[in-house]
Amino acid sequence: MLGLEKKDFTLLLIVFALTMLAPFLLNPFPEGSAMAQFNAGYPDLMQRFVIFGIFAIGFNILFGLTGYLSFGHAAFLGVGSYAAVWMFKLLSMNVLPAIFLAVVMSGLFALLIGFISLRRSGIYFSILTLAFAQMMFALAYSVLTPITGGETGLQLALNDPRILGTSATATGNIPVPSLFGLEMRTTADLDLGAWGFTFNVGYYFCALVMLVAFYLSIRIFRSPFGMMLRAIKSNQQRLNYTGLNPKPYTLAAFVISGMYAGLAGALMASMDPLAGAERMFWTASGEVVLMTILGGVGTLIGPVLGAGAIKYMENIISKINSDILHTWFAFLPDGLEDFVVAMIYPFIGKGWHLTLGIIFMLVVIFLPGGLVEGGQRIARALRGRKTTDDSGKSAKTEPAE
Amino acid sequence: MDALILQILNGLDKGSAYALIALGLTLIFGTLGVVNFAHGALFMIGAFCAVTLNKILTLSHTVVDETRKNFLGQPMELQVPYVYDLFGEDMGNTIIDWSVPMAILFAIPVMVLVGVVMERGLIKYFYKRPHADQILVTFGLAIVLQEVIKYFYGANPIPTPAPSAFTGSFDFGALIGFDANTIIYPYWRLVYFAFAAMIIGAVFAFLQFTTFGMVVRAGMADRETVGLLGINIDKRFTIMFGLAAAVAGLAGVMYVPINPPNYHMGMDFLVLSFVVVVVGGMGSLPGAVLAGFLLGILESFASMKEVIDIIPGINQIIIYLVAIIILLTRPRGLMGRKGVMES
Repeated sequence: MLGLEKKDFTLLLIVFALTMLAPFLLNPFPEGSAMAQFNAGYPDLMQRFVIFGIFAIGFNILFGLTGYLSFGHAAFLGVGSYAAVWMFKLLSMNVLPAIFLAVVMSGLFALLIGFISLRRSGIYFSILTLAFAQMMFALAYSVLTPITGGETGLQLALNDPRILGTSATATGNIPVPSLFGLEMRTTADLDLGAWGFTFNVGYYFCALVMLVAFYLSIRIFRSPFGMMLRAIKSNQQRLNYTGLNPKPYTLAAFVISGMYAGLAGALMASMDPLAGAERMFWTASGEVVLMTILGGVGTLIGPVLGAGAIKYMENIISKINSDILHTWFAFLPDGLEDFVVAMIYPFIGKGWHLTLGIIFMLVVIFLPGGLVEGGQRIARALRGRKTTDDSGKSAKTEPAE
Repeated sequence: MDALILQILNGLDKGSAYALIALGLTLIFGTLGVVNFAHGALFMIGAFCAVTLNKILTLSHTVVDETRKNFLGQPMELQVPYVYDLFGEDMGNTIIDWSVPMAILFAIPVMVLVGVVMERGLIKYFYKRPHADQILVTFGLAIVLQEVIKYFYGANPIPTPAPSAFTGSFDFGALIGFDANTIIYPYWRLVYFAFAAMIIGAVFAFLQFTTFGMVVRAGMADRETVGLLGINIDKRFTIMFGLAAAVAGLAGVMYVPINPPNYHMGMDFLVLSFVVVVVGGMGSLPGAVLAGFLLGILESFASMKEVIDIIPGINQIIIYLVAIIILLTRPRGLMGRKGVMES
């Protein structure tokens, strides 16, 4: 189906079902219960899951397939955001032209930066991309203020031209981003007893875009082009000896992943129409590296899982405070309760970065394939226990990409 | 002319910090072949060694002074540092005043220990893994270290002053024949530069003139052969890791009075130091030092008003721009050796 093998099509279907049902799946706990703070089914967070999913899918096309570790990918995300906001300011509040311009602009930037950076490989490539991204960040923050809004960021204003739309709504407000009149922030609520579910137009729009992006990445992974990229990762020299020039292929992968980042930036701007230079800072580039590694580099679904896991931790763990911990451990004797809370406290709330760093290190050390490899190991162990004679065969199975 | 000299001087202290961090990075890279993204965190830990020593020295207990009254008419409570009890008030004040230079003695064993534990506990397992894995695991370690520091010391910068003997400024212009007050330079920055020059000299002398250094240099050139000669090269490389950590830590200790340390100062310096290493040439110790000073001075020239008027924003990007140009025209950097990181 859709030009995919059966296994990949099943994966796409599963991802489709998960993203479409996410408002239900991410809200498993009734409102007002003690566990309600683990609910992630609110539009803002769900949008971030899929947007960073797109970003990580794109990064994975570069890093996962070719092995080139870029430390400056957030620059393209920033370019995409700025381009999208400029479209909102000049043309109309429709998200499609904004996304189009963002993808084109980030593609052009990626072409330029990639062309220069890809002359070197290994750590030199990482440093070059990092240098370019830091340069763009510094310029966006200072000299390019007329274009980027500098420290305050680029925002919409009432007197923007918007030649195809309206400068201001009838009530005198700035119009909100929409898709042919369907406003991105429109939500519908569904209450089923104690459970409340929120359906947001913006989320579903992003989710559909992510599914398209995901589908394209599967096609890239399975195409001859994808095979070439993997050949570059495994042995570039041999590729050269075969008489093939790897440069155009890596450049294409770099541009594609830059366009994915631009797409993610445009979606971010569509959900909340402002863009700031801090989106381009190198820690933002580091974050997408963390997501990809955590989920499983070089696998299809890994980056999406990693993006979800990190954004979930960022939003949910950072909200837990010591009072909540005390209610959880209230069943313990007093002294023990205080001790346990004191032991856990550094890892939650503002300390969630510590948790993230530790988990990330553990993954890199013990589980280089990320969450996906972890899942496969568990699955293999379970299968191995049922049928022992099957274990030899399943150990040989190639990891599902 | 005086403006030029002033900019060169201004560039020296930042350049010293870059050079020291880049020197440590190169030592680790040259010996162990590991790309250490946690090196900035070592710089930061060094800085917090100085903060910690200052806190220990000013640790006080409360004494009720019956002879003086506070504004409520009750006996005044005074905070008396324990150092006063041990050494008397005058000596105690001097000790507290000199806490930053004394932190050097405190930081060396701490940093060597941190370095050796890091190498034996974590980095040892990553020699055979790809460079990308080394970057990633040390990047994770850097996050962990900086979050630990943030947990104990908070997110705000902690000002820790230099000894009062070095707080003023030095009229450098008058010394070399310019008008008074044209070239003014804080004493502590001079101290920092001299200190950096001393450390760099010591590291080079250690490598050049001791047997230990000779073995390490031989190991950098051909690890396998040195191993076959029956020398335990791993142990020496571990010590070199500790030494590199100590160099970064000392750079951090002495940087405290220039810039109050906060938990992300390491990351801020790390990115630039990597650029410095690449410009100098991976694996070249003189290259790292040279590039560190060069880029520090270039950066301060680029922030002159006259330059910014011509090319706005150049002070923000000059280092990266130079790095890109160097990498594209001289792929091995200024003094890079052949065959290092060329795969």
